[in-house]
Amino acid sequence: MDRKIRVLVAKPGLDGHDRGAKVVARAMRDAGMEVIYTGLRQTPEQIVQAAVQEDVDVVALSILSGAHMQLFPRVMRLLAEKGADDLLVVAGGVIPEDDIPFLKEKGIAAVFGPGTPTREAIDFIEANLKAR
Amino acid sequence: MDDTDDLGKAIEAWEAEVEKSLAKRPERKASFETGSGAPVKRLYTPLDSGGACRGAKAYAERIGLPGEYPYTRGVQSTMYRGRLWTMRQYAGFGGAEESNARYKYLLSQGQTGLSIAFDLPTQIGYDSDHPLSAGEVGKVGVAIDSLADMEVLFSGIPLDKVSTSMTINAPAAVLLAMYVAVAEKQGVPPKALEGTIQNDILKEYVARGTYIFPPAASMRLITDVFAYCAEAIPDWNTISISGYHIREAGSTASQEVAFTLADGIAYVKAAVEAGLDVDGFGPRLSFFFNAYNDLFEEVAKFRAARRLWARIMRERFGARNPKSWMMRFHAQTGGSTLTAQQPDNNVVRVTLQALAAVLGGTQSLHTNSRDEALALPTEASVRIALRTQQIIAYESGTAETPDPLAGSYYVESLTDRIEEEASVYLKKIDEMGGAVCAIEEGYVQREIQDAAYAYQRQIESGERVVVGLNRFQAEEGRPEGLLKLDPAIGERQCAALGELRARRDEVRVRAALRAIDATARGDANLMQPILEAVRSYATLGEICDALRAVFGEYRPSACF
Repeated sequence: MDRKIRVLVAKPGLDGHDRGAKVVARAMRDAGMEVIYTGLRQTPEQIVQAAVQEDVDVVALSILSGAHMQLFPRVMRLLAEKGADDLLVVAGGVIPEDDIPFLKEKGIAAVFGPGTPTREAIDFIEANLKAR
Repeated sequence: MDDTDDLGKAIEAWEAEVEKSLAKRPERKASFETGSGAPVKRLYTPLDSGGACRGAKAYAERIGLPGEYPYTRGVQSTMYRGRLWTMRQYAGFGGAEESNARYKYLLSQGQTGLSIAFDLPTQIGYDSDHPLSAGEVGKVGVAIDSLADMEVLFSGIPLDKVSTSMTINAPAAVLLAMYVAVAEKQGVPPKALEGTIQNDILKEYVARGTYIFPPAASMRLITDVFAYCAEAIPDWNTISISGYHIREAGSTASQEVAFTLADGIAYVKAAVEAGLDVDGFGPRLSFFFNAYNDLFEEVAKFRAARRLWARIMRERFGARNPKSWMMRFHAQTGGSTLTAQQPDNNVVRVTLQALAAVLGGTQSLHTNSRDEALALPTEASVRIALRTQQIIAYESGTAETPDPLAGSYYVESLTDRIEEEASVYLKKIDEMGGAVCAIEEGYVQREIQDAAYAYQRQIESGERVVVGLNRFQAEEGRPEGLLKLDPAIGERQCAALGELRARRDEVRVRAALRAIDATARGDANLMQPILEAVRSYATLGEICDALRAVFGEYRPSACF
């Protein structure tokens, strides 16, 4: 019954900055999670399809290009269409604080800014999955 | 020899005394390291300093004089006594009008060259109305769909009076063609143009991500640009072989040098195999490095890179023209060192990093703005960043003599160490079949990822102190006054594209695109058909689609 937490680390949009995504993916793996990384330039459709196929508990979106206001709501809508809106979705990258309330309203559980310790994101995921 | 023996004995005695005193006054840490994790000894003396202090012959071989082989001390004999480095702030956002206004502002503030940031759709060869461009148009740079945008971007900026650097890689040939076409319209002949295109695809595969085509086709486009420029734009820097992004992705200083030079070797080999003369294109190769936190290690890195490249070009590729041996480079301060916490502290970080670039002999410099961990920089932040360069140039005294840190036992020792570590990597990459193979096997990516992860773990354990982040934190309010982009830019750009397609000569456009297809299938130079397509107002996306149809697209494997 003690299934490992399964996480999809995903890079929506066109930006090629994935140092952060890869570091977070590795930290999650070291913390005992099963991690799948999509690679760069994923459309919301591709991300949602991978999340459903891989039967993950968590989708962790990373973006630094500023396209989050368009792309994140689209990911959330497609997840809902697939009946997968019970997944925990978190995000990281360069995301202005002013945008966070809107993203939370759309169902993003947490937004982690630059400088967040990986432990903080991992603790958040563990605590929030337990609470469900 | 006796002198050396005496010095050795004196140092031994000194160490013994120091060891005794450590019980009472211990050092701050059990071991000391550079920013890249190389061990730092308690003391550096002439015995550590490579050739610097061991006689005229060793000095000549390893250090030499400014402007002379192996260029350890810089590529010009008088360095900044002759002319200061070019102060070149990377900028671009929104549409062509907004960016044009920012460039004019920067020039009015004493900036001496332009540096164009393109948005991601432009960098990946998609028009603004492509489905994958949604949300990305005008975000991280300016949106350029066709020559019409480029005309606006440089309106009122005489292209024979500025040098322009364009951060464009996979579609570099297309943007260069647009620049040439804008110059033609201004009445400026290509021969009068000065500037740089990044045109470095290999680091896109490993660290930056804006690739389009597979390696072989990409290398052909790059060597086509080399050949075209050698004839048409002799003062153009045809490539900027970039370690910057490799370092940003998490590499160490030695890895930055090694992987950049390995890429450089691959380009030179490809061009020589395409039948070009090494001394024809060699003098126009340029480089781009990061200026990171560890002041002395970074200075040593620039010096070691110059020495290595000079030897590679002269000994390995048989270049005879001294200009082919000279590594000229642009530097940018390290974006990933900036903190979102207490962002004003970033002004100080940038100052130290810029100092390293100047002490290391850079030819041009971009200083990051304090707010870049949060958003694109405001005009006020960019002004401070530019003023930082001007203060270093005019007030600090560092520009008054070439390579002022030469002969420092520590810096010479670090220079030797980085050269040795990079040489080990270069040998290994050679054995793997060169940079293209090493990248296709994922070797370079893994090395960088391992270093990046180790770096992050050091920050999280507190072993690596980042002021304001993991030490000396403060309660802060929300950051204020960040730059906000016009959200309507995407729609505006798409509407303009529609109008362009309606008014241009469609027959001419189709013919030009067919010529690109035909040329791509053969092995003639692609620049002429690309120039004709650009002049006909074919869009960037249409031109890249024509090339995609022949070359296919690069598909990376995702590992972490």
